[in-house]
Amino acid sequence: MKLRIHGGRLIDPASGLDEIGTLCVADGRIVAAGESPEPFTADREIDAGGLVVCPGLVDLQARLREPGQEHKGTIESETAAAAAGGITTLCCPPDTDPVTDTPAVANLIQELARRAGNTRVLPIGAMTPGLRGEQICEMFILSQSGCVAFSNAERAIVNTEVLRRAMEYAATHDLTLFLRPQDPWLSANGCAHEGAVSTRLGLRGIPGFAETMEVARLLILAEQTGARIHLGPLSTARAIQMIGRAQYDGLPVSASVSAHHLHLTELDINDFDSRAYLRPPLRTQRDREGLHRGLVRGVIGAICSDHQPHDIDAKLAPFAESEPGATAVETLLPLSLRLADQGVLSLSEVIAALTWRPARILGIPAGTLSPGAAADICIFDPERYWTVAPETLISQGHNTPLMGWELKGRVTHTLLEGRLVYQLKG
Amino acid sequence: MRYRDIQLDESGRLRHFLSIEGLKRQMLMDILDYAENFITVGGRSIKKVPLLRGRTVTNLFFEPSTRTRTTFELAAKRLSADVLNINISTSATTKGESLLDMLRNLEAMHCDMFVVRHAQSGAAHFIARHVAPHIRVINAGDGSHAHPTQAMLDMFTIRRHKGEFADLRVAIVGDILHSRVARSQIHALTTLGVHEVRVIGPETLLPQRVEELGVHVCHHLPAGLEGVDVIIMLRLQRERMQGALIPSEREYFELYGLTEEKLAFAKPDVIVMHPGPINRGVEISSEVADGPRSVILEQVSNGIAIRMAIMSMIMGNRFGSEEEEQ
Repeated sequence: MKLRIHGGRLIDPASGLDEIGTLCVADGRIVAAGESPEPFTADREIDAGGLVVCPGLVDLQARLREPGQEHKGTIESETAAAAAGGITTLCCPPDTDPVTDTPAVANLIQELARRAGNTRVLPIGAMTPGLRGEQICEMFILSQSGCVAFSNAERAIVNTEVLRRAMEYAATHDLTLFLRPQDPWLSANGCAHEGAVSTRLGLRGIPGFAETMEVARLLILAEQTGARIHLGPLSTARAIQMIGRAQYDGLPVSASVSAHHLHLTELDINDFDSRAYLRPPLRTQRDREGLHRGLVRGVIGAICSDHQPHDIDAKLAPFAESEPGATAVETLLPLSLRLADQGVLSLSEVIAALTWRPARILGIPAGTLSPGAAADICIFDPERYWTVAPETLISQGHNTPLMGWELKGRVTHTLLEGRLVYQLKG
Repeated sequence: MRYRDIQLDESGRLRHFLSIEGLKRQMLMDILDYAENFITVGGRSIKKVPLLRGRTVTNLFFEPSTRTRTTFELAAKRLSADVLNINISTSATTKGESLLDMLRNLEAMHCDMFVVRHAQSGAAHFIARHVAPHIRVINAGDGSHAHPTQAMLDMFTIRRHKGEFADLRVAIVGDILHSRVARSQIHALTTLGVHEVRVIGPETLLPQRVEELGVHVCHHLPAGLEGVDVIIMLRLQRERMQGALIPSEREYFELYGLTEEKLAFAKPDVIVMHPGPINRGVEISSEVADGPRSVILEQVSNGIAIRMAIMSMIMGNRFGSEEEEQ
């Protein structure tokens, strides 16, 4: 099977490519990017005139809800949504039910993903059994079973000794840890940024320093143990400064942010709009600017979706009783593209933060159009407007603070190993 | 945007009463003026007016309350409405799903108005957003967010004693952090244009960036009471000690309890208010609570008039309207 994609603007930040050209794919691999090799007889052509052709997106954090919460989403439904968002590789956190703390669960997720065939799914294994923070998981065996990194998901490992040992152990076996920094006491029962909005609405706040306190603890332990850590999704400007400093000092620490936090603030909660109840909470405009700066300076390597689809009832409750999170895989690309429109990043830098930079954080050979790489490709129309509405979303969850927004930039084709897994209708 | 002005209908009239925030000065003055009409009703031998005859008001209390529920019930009955009291312990119903199911059931019974108290901030907004369009919602206290009828009865009480709002200095003392009453009072006082609102308490009981609500922050009670016309004391919940917010009732009373001695820092004609129920010897001494400057019991009777006014306003029935003349 040979495929030629012609007429599109090829953008491959990994190789510095940005030109109108032709992309040739054979047997699921990229054969040439730019010039067509002679002779190349394609079985199929895609006319990408006016479109951008870039590597398939690599999403560091998307919850698929399976196993355990299939009423919110399934691997089949959410990977289909991800493919519609141009994502070809995604990582799913271990807070499934049962927790991804055994090879059986890791294998199940990958098997279901293979059967669905929409995207690559890389499970993130649990650092501690049941995420209880008491012992360490069989991280080596789990990594052999396909776990690409290890995490305790939303649950902080409170016992510093356990955390230290988990980090030492991960460092021993050269494994990456994904940590979401939030002090459990300072954030207990909180549901919004502690500040002007939480004060006005009488909502229990989560102060910005709930994040930086934990970042400090994690950075100190990373320095001690030599563990490679990835912090995210982050929400505060101060955390970015601290991580930037640690990177400057040579610590192997990377960071990510969700697309929502780059565009929304605490003000989007409005009068108790539970769709804007996210975790970490949406913070101030100053924090949002700090996150932008973190991307510009390269402190933040990746923009992730932090996809969290919910059933309808999950958001139908008074704000603090509703469940946090937003469905996000389909809005990840257009939201991120706004950064280019706003002049924060160049188009190529936006694509880098969605493709090869997250791939590099994971240490996987994805996110590039270099010849020889797997033909995971995203083709999108950068000028096409579309409205976020229940009927335009494929995800089982329709919970998004962007509902009703008009976004610019829409995926037209997604290819996984040269196979068309998504094509926009109409 | 669907979330804006949910309290007001297209022509700017009150359709729900959820929070003071967002209401204009004239609207608040209208409510106060209109409530004057109902003060006399309580003194008559037949304490009823037919403004809500044939209507059903449901008191939906997810949090225990005696005073607020009783005054709402009396207010509705004096307006000739049928009243249904539903008390739901929070432990039995904490899921939004059953909350919505319950609303659907009550709608099916053709209720006209829900008076809602709930432990979660935003619960009344949530309910107002999901009820059938003909149903009116009054917030009788949601979490730490708002208690707008309490604030209005406080404004009513202040006006009866002080006349104009413009020159007043008002001190609100105590647990501002958890107080829905304080938030609504602050919005009402700043909207009505008082000269100054001070909030007084330890940093642990003041919410972050409370100054942005238009108040001055003060940590020292005597200094904060200097020259004030109105003192509003807030109830201190006993569970605040567990949250490490204050060390003990004794120390709290020492620093923030209102005594005759501290009262002397305020203006001689100061009035002392409290939304109740009071903790004697914790936030206020008995001498002050029962003393000549206290208007605490007056607040309670004014509460009925204010609630009658608001209930009939949101149902669109006023004195002089067709309904009244029947």
